Amino acid sequence: MSKNAIMAGLVVFVAMALLPFWYNIGGSSAAPEPELSEKAKAAQKCVLDKYDMRANHMSLLDEWRDSVVRDADRLYESTNGKTFQMSLSTGEESCLGCHTDKEKFCDKCHTYASVDPYCWECHTTPKEINQ
Amino acid sequence: MNQKYMVPLAGVLLLFLLAYAGVEGAGMQWFFGIIVPYVAVIAFVGGFVRRVMGWAASAVPFRIPTTCGQQKSLPWIKQNCIDNPDKASGVFMRMVLEIFLFRSLFRNTKAAFNRNEKNKLTYSWEIFLWVGALAFHYSFLVVIIRHLRFFLEPVPSCLKFLEFFDGIVQLGLPGLFISGAVLLLAALFLLARRIFDAKVSYISLAADYFPLFLIIGIAASGIAMRYFTKVDIIGIKSFTMGLVTFHPVIPDGVGGLFYAHIFMVSALFAYFPVSKLMHMGGIFLSPTRNMANNNRAKRHVNPWNYAVDIHTYEQYEDHFREKMIDAGLPVDKKE
Repeated sequence: MSKNAIMAGLVVFVAMALLPFWYNIGGSSAAPEPELSEKAKAAQKCVLDKYDMRANHMSLLDEWRDSVVRDADRLYESTNGKTFQMSLSTGEESCLGCHTDKEKFCDKCHTYASVDPYCWECHTTPKEINQ
Repeated sequence: MNQKYMVPLAGVLLLFLLAYAGVEGAGMQWFFGIIVPYVAVIAFVGGFVRRVMGWAASAVPFRIPTTCGQQKSLPWIKQNCIDNPDKASGVFMRMVLEIFLFRSLFRNTKAAFNRNEKNKLTYSWEIFLWVGALAFHYSFLVVIIRHLRFFLEPVPSCLKFLEFFDGIVQLGLPGLFISGAVLLLAALFLLARRIFDAKVSYISLAADYFPLFLIIGIAASGIAMRYFTKVDIIGIKSFTMGLVTFHPVIPDGVGGLFYAHIFMVSALFAYFPVSKLMHMGGIFLSPTRNMANNNRAKRHVNPWNYAVDIHTYEQYEDHFREKMIDAGLPVDKKE
């Protein structure tokens, strides 16, 4: 193979290997802060601790769905002693009842991490309905 | 048991424990999370370039393509244009098929004695290495591309497209990515082949097992974090984005398993240029594949031929003409 072809290939390889370093130049890399509603701020406590909630909320929602749909069991007793209604979007006690703004709360991090949850294929946020 | 795989296995376990204990016990997040990844990137890119430059500098004086079909010959004999190419277009097709479909591995055969009273040695087609290799390489590629979501902001839509198809089974939450599971299973298959097939086991060295154990460790720790132990993904993206924008940060609450994952990945990258894994670059430069078989159709001059002083017959005759005439020898020019 000719030297020029090898060098061209090598340049392409190095550019691709270092893609993350040049792709992000000029952009902002700061992690988004989900905005808490007044109600959430006042409540202080969520279903789980903060780190647990950040890492584990999707599994919790999965368990809730099974519990509600299959066993009709809607009560969740949290580790901090409080009891919650298992629901994503219905009622004051639900996730969206407290975290009222999906765009400012859920979507911020989901977009940042490129996560596309299929919650919203069935559920809608009350706000979206009003619009 | 055999030390050729026990030593690499112990090595990978040691790497894992080193990072896990270093973070959980000694709080050395900055070392395993910041210094080691930067060193690994430099070692990977620098080592890779050095290796390829070395190959580019070596002489390839003669065309040595492996021919697997009819050479270009008389017009009424059909040439196999891809397996015995004489033009650049054929070579290109051959390389594309080799790189994307591992065509030469597809032809893999195995030798075994018949299991009947004749006990004859027979060669048969053995396709499972090819299947395992394709599954392994493609799932690894998808996994690596998928991981770019931690390193790019905003995340390009083609990555979301890939994630959609990778997670199309919608199993569980977070949804199962098929590529991760296939990667682990394929790597385990390739390992099992090396351990249980006596003939392959015999020619396998520690350098064959080490990358396999490392990749199995990386896949297993990644799968464990995503589906079982769970980590704060936003914290991790802020960490990886910090690395690639040169403003490193250590996220709160992320445990030793994540740093063990990062450390094993760094080890794999740093080890890459000095190992057999360099076949990633080497496949493009394999002289038995990337050359046209036109040895006799075209004149190939040895690249390091120097100018040779030649002495023609005319010069010889000019030199010895008188002596030749005296001896009665025939000459072309008489004075």
